[in-house]
Amino acid sequence: MKSRRGVLAALLGAATAPLSATLAGCAGNAGPLRFWGMGREGVVVAELLDGFRREHPGIDVQVEQLPWTAAHEKLLTAFAGDATPDVAQLGNTWVAELAALGALAPLDGRVAASPVVQEDDYFSGIWHTNIVDGKLLGLPWYVDTRLLFYRRDLLARAGFDHPPRDWEEWRKQLRALQRIGVAQPLILPNNEFEPLLALALQQDEPLLREFNTRGNFQSAGFERALAFYLGLIRDGFAPVESDQQISNVWQEFGRGRFAFYIAGPWNIGEFRRRMPAEFKNAWGTAPLPGPTGLGASTAGGSSLVIFERSRRKPEAFKLIEYFARPEVQGRFYDLTGDLPPRKSSWAWPALAADTRARAFAEQLERVRPTPPVPEWERIVNEMQLHAARAAAEGGSAADTARAIDTSVDTILAKRRWLHQRGRA
Amino acid sequence: MTRTQWAGLGFVLPALTVIGLFFVVPVVAGLGLSLTDFDLYALVSLKNLRWVWLDNYFTLLQQPLFWKALGNTVYFVVLGVPLSIALSLGTAVLLQSPLVRFKPLLRTALFAPVVTTLVAVAVIWRYLFHTRYGLVNEALQALGLNPVDWLGDPRWSMPTIILFAAWKNFGGNMIIFMAALQAIPSDLYEAARIDGAKAWAQFRHITLPSLAPTTLMIGILTTAGYFQLFAEPYVMTQGGPLQSTVSVLYLMYDQGFKWWNLGTASAVAFLLFGLIVLVTRSLMKLANRGASA
Amino acid sequence: MKYWRAVLVNGMLWLAALLAIAPLLWMVSVSLMHSGEASNYPPPLLPVSPSLDCYRELFRSGGFGRAFLVSLGLATMSTLVSTLLNALAGYGFAKLQFKGRDRLFALLLGALVIPGQVGMLPLFLMLKQIGLVNTWAGVLLPSLAGIFGIFLVRQYAAGLPGELIEAARIDGAGEWRIFRVIVLPLLTPVLVTLAVLSFLGSWNDFMWPLIVLTDGHLYTLPVALAALSREYVQDVELMMAGAVITVLPVLLLFVALQRYYLQGLLMGGVKQ
Repeated sequence: MKSRRGVLAALLGAATAPLSATLAGCAGNAGPLRFWGMGREGVVVAELLDGFRREHPGIDVQVEQLPWTAAHEKLLTAFAGDATPDVAQLGNTWVAELAALGALAPLDGRVAASPVVQEDDYFSGIWHTNIVDGKLLGLPWYVDTRLLFYRRDLLARAGFDHPPRDWEEWRKQLRALQRIGVAQPLILPNNEFEPLLALALQQDEPLLREFNTRGNFQSAGFERALAFYLGLIRDGFAPVESDQQISNVWQEFGRGRFAFYIAGPWNIGEFRRRMPAEFKNAWGTAPLPGPTGLGASTAGGSSLVIFERSRRKPEAFKLIEYFARPEVQGRFYDLTGDLPPRKSSWAWPALAADTRARAFAEQLERVRPTPPVPEWERIVNEMQLHAARAAAEGGSAADTARAIDTSVDTILAKRRWLHQRGRA
Repeated sequence: MTRTQWAGLGFVLPALTVIGLFFVVPVVAGLGLSLTDFDLYALVSLKNLRWVWLDNYFTLLQQPLFWKALGNTVYFVVLGVPLSIALSLGTAVLLQSPLVRFKPLLRTALFAPVVTTLVAVAVIWRYLFHTRYGLVNEALQALGLNPVDWLGDPRWSMPTIILFAAWKNFGGNMIIFMAALQAIPSDLYEAARIDGAKAWAQFRHITLPSLAPTTLMIGILTTAGYFQLFAEPYVMTQGGPLQSTVSVLYLMYDQGFKWWNLGTASAVAFLLFGLIVLVTRSLMKLANRGASA
Repeated sequence: MKYWRAVLVNGMLWLAALLAIAPLLWMVSVSLMHSGEASNYPPPLLPVSPSLDCYRELFRSGGFGRAFLVSLGLATMSTLVSTLLNALAGYGFAKLQFKGRDRLFALLLGALVIPGQVGMLPLFLMLKQIGLVNTWAGVLLPSLAGIFGIFLVRQYAAGLPGELIEAARIDGAGEWRIFRVIVLPLLTPVLVTLAVLSFLGSWNDFMWPLIVLTDGHLYTLPVALAALSREYVQDVELMMAGAVITVLPVLLLFVALQRYYLQGLLMGGVKQ
């Protein structure tokens, strides 16, 4: 018996020895500073870090790049599994979510002591999306909103010399484009919630009610937005497709298959890179039309956050501080087309000269935040699912809104219970 | 206890410990979880946890998405299992024919899809079935047919996955059928041939009945396996379009790992487990009744 | 007449075999194409000028070299340990009597019906408590023994001649010595089968490593490929190169050792 046990023990010991060495590496403070970036920003960060590494040779930054489609999942899994990184890029709607879970470290003290970060230099609306329960939990990294990318030349051929200024005019322009042969001029991917959300935020009524414990999607405002959205699809202005089916959006835009696309600032860079050369000046950007004039849009963007369980908070803050420098933000804009959240950074020459970015500056004056609840990601996905189904199968706006509210109320059930006990 | 008996326990203990710790305990814990409303809030503080007993199950049974997932899964099973078995049986019978040349090569080629990594081949199929640049639509158009939006049309997404699963899995059952076919005594076929029976009659009256127990077993195992559909929708369609490929296990993954509603997710898993047991028991009972009839 | 039947039978089989491996052949072909070549209309079948660019890219910046080594290491470790543990338990259930042995074995068999995913979430939480989330140990531990493996060994060991073992016992040999010297050599065929099945299972495992590993540099090949496929939807050629790297090793292993693999299937499938 003894020898058999001994052999087994030795075998298991040998098997796990290299593993425990790795374990120590993964969990110890001697390890690198872990940074999670998402999408294109995650790819570009590596380039920006050269300057940081030169200034702080002792800090080894390890960049992990996550695709947006899996980022939310990965963040929550990491939180549940106690495996969060030190610093991460977070979509600012997620800041509230992770804040509610107590996952983020407050930055007030460090920001106040920092010579680089000046609060009044930031767009105040964006700064405030990072304040939860009076504490600053994220530093804005870039701002984002959704507006209209359009083919100027196709619109001109259809008889218009300016982009639409309200919903009515937008529909008129779409119909005119159809008449000159662009069968379905608008890209409205049925798996993206941002367009419908932007339309919804243009209304006066909030999306949740009763201290954010119940859905308010049956309000007149949302139903109006939903009806307009469904109308665009039902009247044939937009194909019923997901972005995967459209696959190469820029190619299709360049081929003249589409004339309107609701997208974000990163597309300025992508369009420049991927559109065929002859269309260089054929496209432009414009603020979103609203029901009665130019409308609001989503207050998006990403912030940089430090996780509460990080054991290297001082170094983590140095990294965040580095990205907050106006010249680094300028270079970031060069690499991604992402717009800086600091007003002084907008003086960066390339940005100041960019006419297309100006539309964004204008839209940023009219952005509205979404409700800061942890369930928001689920709620907005649920909203889009119902809308996409109604678009494909033909449901009325009223019925769809009611279905959304029913789903949302179920999702928020736990929050209601916690709120009754004063814990939410 | 004798020395042998102590040894016996000692021999099985390491494996049983692993299985006990990493399988049995979690399954039991899962049952417990399914009786609570464990979610993100509970991860923060256990004070936010409530015992809801069978509420999760009742809520699930009232949710349209659960029934949609169940419907999708049943659709997959009902169409996929017979297709897979038919392919396996067909190729096995063909391979057993004495007229076949290069049998080992053919057998290897037919079996190859089984050992491939699911994620890799799912990615391949996603491109082969691409609406515009996929070879499948190219072939359809060459034959004069209209291209199909395989993975983007809610009506075609599940059939595509069914086709994919059949392609991937038929080799395994083919091998088992081949072994069972070899076990059928050849004098049965001799006698039938002397009596003047043609190939199809031989197949119907000798082959099929002799294979009945094997077919039943394969049917039950394949059905139980197919109910656990997950990786294909995860890689190829993410449950879409319009939730037409959300299977029960995909729902569990969504609830559990995307939104961290562990209570609901565990309830989904146990409902599935109960369903699999029910269906396989019924299949066995049906087969017994058929055999005794 | 017989000639036509032979043509029909062989023809159908060749068609079926072609359909079975066509996707894999296409995978290799596209992996050798240049970036963007495959997304053309009409879709090409063969690369214009084959190049290893995609492979270079994957190994250089896609981390696939590392993922390959991770998959290899984990699969090897899992195979070695689980083959040993399953062999011990299978032999124990077959040839060593102890109280409740047969009832315990029947219980184990019954547990085969339970889908593995049922316990995944609680197991994840358990591992979190002991700090094994996002580690290779966390990926490895649940695979170190399996009911099906024990079943295979037990079925095979039950058929071993008892007299040899009895004789050794009478001679005074200890159980461990008997196992090591007499039984293990006799079990070799089923152990090789078990090892092949185990290696394949571990290499191809997707869901559990996906859940446990959050850091990209710890990924196994299937998880790395899935991550790549979410991010680089446009780059078919890159995807296919990744698929080749993931699929080719196990395909080669299977072709080399298919006798054992198929044997295992048969033992598990037919001898119920």
